Amino acid sequence: MKVAIRKNHWYDYLWIWSIVYFTLGFFNILFAWLGLIDFILPLIFAIVGGNKWFCNHMCGRGQLFWMLGRNLKCSRQKQAPKWISSKWFRYGFLAFFMTMFGTMIFQTYLVFSGAGSLRKVVKLFWTFKVPWKWAYNGSVFPDWVAQFGFGFYSLMLTSTLIGLIVMVLYKERTWCAFCPMGTMTQGICKLKANDKLEDK
Amino acid sequence: MKKAINDKNRCVACGLCSTQCSRQAIDIYRGCYAVVDSKKCVGCGLCEKACPAGSIKICEGEDTGI
Repeated sequence: MKVAIRKNHWYDYLWIWSIVYFTLGFFNILFAWLGLIDFILPLIFAIVGGNKWFCNHMCGRGQLFWMLGRNLKCSRQKQAPKWISSKWFRYGFLAFFMTMFGTMIFQTYLVFSGAGSLRKVVKLFWTFKVPWKWAYNGSVFPDWVAQFGFGFYSLMLTSTLIGLIVMVLYKERTWCAFCPMGTMTQGICKLKANDKLEDK
Repeated sequence: MKKAINDKNRCVACGLCSTQCSRQAIDIYRGCYAVVDSKKCVGCGLCEKACPAGSIKICEGEDTGI
């Protein structure tokens, strides 16, 4: 049987993007906005294409976990408990994540409307406030733009830290089992696949 | 003969099994779950080792005569 040899593609190196993203955000919080690409692209793939091509080939975060866990042997490579990939936990975590995302948007709105003031902190695990003053010293943009940056960067950093913890404890890409974006895009794909079946 | 069998209900469609498979025997069906082509699968277990959800397993498959 003829078996094609897999070539390396440009998108196999997107783990570099993950590192670049967090480095840029460390120096200037406005770069946090670039993280929206990682939110919008998978949704476009799912809604338009009905596939998870982003997760399957382009996820820089997943590639980073693989790089550290498999190539640099930072993972125990043990099977995660079954509840982590159960439907109730995955959809529950998605709901929790969306609630926290909503809270972050609301906080941005408060700064936008003038009811709140810009807080130069990164909130880890939705609890611990870490001062992040060096990352913003004013810009041509209004304060709410920076507030969104701090909020979004907090969300990205928190999810990466959770991913790193489960990478060490369990398998390299255990995060993928309950990643909110992964759950959401799979849900959309399932709805789309069902529609197609009914059409026939 | 040993083959990879996927639990569609547990599969998160991350595609890691597919990228790991050195014989391109696994595809992600419409972003829903992984499908193993048992004609190509040699039961090496690379996919099982990588699967974060523990949904793909190497089992003693039925002998289909292939």
